[in-house]
Amino acid sequence: MKFYRSQVLVCAGTGCTSSGSADIIRIFKEEIEKVGLSEEVNVIHTGCFGLCENGPVVIVYPEGAFYSHIKLTDVPRIVTEHLLKGRIVTDLVYSSDSAHKSKSMALEDIEFYKKQKRVALRNCGAIDPENIEEYIAFDGYKALAKCLTEYTGEEGRDKIIDIMLQSGLRGRGGAGFPTGLKWKFAKAPVSDIKYVCCNADEGDPGAFMDRSVLEGDPHAVLEAMTIAGYVIGAQQGYIYVRAEYPIAVHRLRIAINQAREYGLLGNNILGTDFSFDIDLRLGSGAFVCGEETALLASIEGKRGEPNPRPPFPAVKGLFGKPTLLNNVETYANVCQIILNGPEWFASMGTEKSKGTKVFALGGKIQNTGLVEVPMGTTLREVIYEIGGGIPNGKKFKAAQTGGPSGGCIPAQHLDVPIDFDNLSAIGSMMGSGGLIVMDEDNCMVNIAKFFLEFTCDESCGKCPPCRIGTRRMLEILEKICDGKGEPGDIEKLEELAINIKNSALCGLGQTAPNPVLSTLRYFRDEYEAHIYEHRCPAGVCSSMLRYTIDPEKCKGCSLCAKNCPAGAISGEIKKPFVIDTEKCVKCGACIEKCKFGAISRK
Amino acid sequence: MKSLQELEAIRKRTLEKINLRKEHNGTRIVVGMATCGIAAGARPVLSAFVDEVTKRSLSDVVVAQTGCIGICRLEPIVEVYKPDQEKVTYVKVSPDMVARIVAEHIVNGKVVDEYTIGYYETHQN
Ligand SMILES: Cc1cc2nc3c(=O)[nH]c(=O)nc-3n(C[C@H](O)[C@H](O)[C@H](O)COP(=O)(O)O)c2cc1C
Repeated sequence: MKFYRSQVLVCAGTGCTSSGSADIIRIFKEEIEKVGLSEEVNVIHTGCFGLCENGPVVIVYPEGAFYSHIKLTDVPRIVTEHLLKGRIVTDLVYSSDSAHKSKSMALEDIEFYKKQKRVALRNCGAIDPENIEEYIAFDGYKALAKCLTEYTGEEGRDKIIDIMLQSGLRGRGGAGFPTGLKWKFAKAPVSDIKYVCCNADEGDPGAFMDRSVLEGDPHAVLEAMTIAGYVIGAQQGYIYVRAEYPIAVHRLRIAINQAREYGLLGNNILGTDFSFDIDLRLGSGAFVCGEETALLASIEGKRGEPNPRPPFPAVKGLFGKPTLLNNVETYANVCQIILNGPEWFASMGTEKSKGTKVFALGGKIQNTGLVEVPMGTTLREVIYEIGGGIPNGKKFKAAQTGGPSGGCIPAQHLDVPIDFDNLSAIGSMMGSGGLIVMDEDNCMVNIAKFFLEFTCDESCGKCPPCRIGTRRMLEILEKICDGKGEPGDIEKLEELAINIKNSALCGLGQTAPNPVLSTLRYFRDEYEAHIYEHRCPAGVCSSMLRYTIDPEKCKGCSLCAKNCPAGAISGEIKKPFVIDTEKCVKCGACIEKCKFGAISRK
Repeated sequence: MKSLQELEAIRKRTLEKINLRKEHNGTRIVVGMATCGIAAGARPVLSAFVDEVTKRSLSDVVVAQTGCIGICRLEPIVEVYKPDQEKVTYVKVSPDMVARIVAEHIVNGKVVDEYTIGYYETHQN
């Protein structure tokens, strides 16, 4: 095995790949060859580091220098300066403040990582996901080996379930069901055929933690599924992954083939009499296919529609056989729990939510990207300390968690420790971990409308409450945003919401009204302003905006009138101009042109 | 295939290859590789260290480079950091000195006195 003096890790997750990391890797190799360092320096592509906003990112070891926003033209400099001469190129090193005051040299020193605790993401950005040996080097397949050799027989398999129960791990796919209990239910039925499935559908808008785990550490999921198969007595596993995740699919295929080659999947794993294999099933990106019964139907080749439960999948699942279904991130915790013990896992988090949770930060936040924090971390810490706060000095208004099934959390709850129960109590939910930050410029009615549009679109149409009810709610929201809201609309929304929640067939419909209910709970005044005053306080809903010229500030230059596409502005040179609101199309061209700041939009 | 022993063997040998990415508690050999160091011949010295470490499969040793250490007239300079030991600075290192530094100091913990900066400074002229 070759010894390399230095290693260059380049993020090849989806985010950095789209910002050009594949070319960066190529140029690094070429430049390193040019200066004759190929024997000493190794270039490796890894999974997501989490700081997607700053991509493409590159880390050079052993110094651990963290370079961000790397352009192709920067590569030759890093090679000749850092790799050849050993001088870190400080002006390319990541810095959390743009004024370049404090330059962080090493990954661990960056504010973004300091408060994080990487369990599910531990190998993301640390290993080459296309090389099984690197996974093995970082204790990969050790948990499987431990299970197969130390926890043998009926007793041993029950012991593994006990470990999962004691750890307190709860499903990361949204509902937070205790994982150990699920395994117990799936083990109980006697059946010669059982299945283990992995939910990698990840349909929440803005969520990408499962994708990052699959891209950065695919074997962690394969190993955990194999352990689950051993525990419940399954022979076959399926990963249901959306086809829009081509890099994840590619790496999973490589990982599965490598695991088979090494005898870690297939017949007689590690020389025991346990046999298990895993195949992929690609979804086409329907949100409802993330719901467990719809997902199983889709794997069977049927239309992806939910079915009533019971029977639960653990009793009658895929092809009518007992089936265990867990989420990607849930599986990504399993091997660590087995290796480090349930007490270790349970020592992190809150009383009822143990371990860590990965969040995808998006919206009005400095460090868009992926973070993993212990449960119980406050929203304030995530947004301000890790996320770097709101850009452009704007004021925080709300954080949206749980995607289209979740809700908005206002400023007064910024200090609530994040866990499953606390989020539910304040009218939102954990969901899969999307976290979208909104500032003073976001209209909360409009946000609710956005999520309702999504669920309406994604409703499979099988049950009327979801098919018809969410459509009616959306129509009311559209009316309100159009400035045509009427007294009674809020009450109608509330009544529909309660009825849909109580009668929809699956989780999609049952949670679809949540974004409306939570914005009504915390931002009712915004709804009222729209309905009773025909005013959008955030200045978003365009049909209610009025453009006016302040006669005090207007110098009568006529620039606005010349640029108005609707001919709505008139006046005499050197006297204040006026806007005819009947003719105004609210395009905003006049505001951009006015040199005196005389035009306002309210 | 793949027994537990084989798994462990893969783990060990891959770890050797990538362990500089893990937190490091072992020995660090740092070679000054600024322009002055390179001009004085630091590059072959660095290569010699890499070769020697590979040859002996020393898994807890990192060979790193650094910028100018500040005493350019004594380049190539090599600094050795061992856990619980003061840093040792070797000066005017040439590739033929490397094997001895690795054997005596890195492996056996005995500093090669006559290569160190202290010795050089007192025994000059
Ligand atoms: C509409 C809808 C969409 C869902 N989408 C996902 C998804 O994308 N990924 C996921 O893991 N779970 C999703 N779920 C939750 C799954 O039904 C299921 O609870 C979960 O995969 C179980 O795994 P866990 O116990 O490990 O969390 C969705 C549920 C509903 C109702």
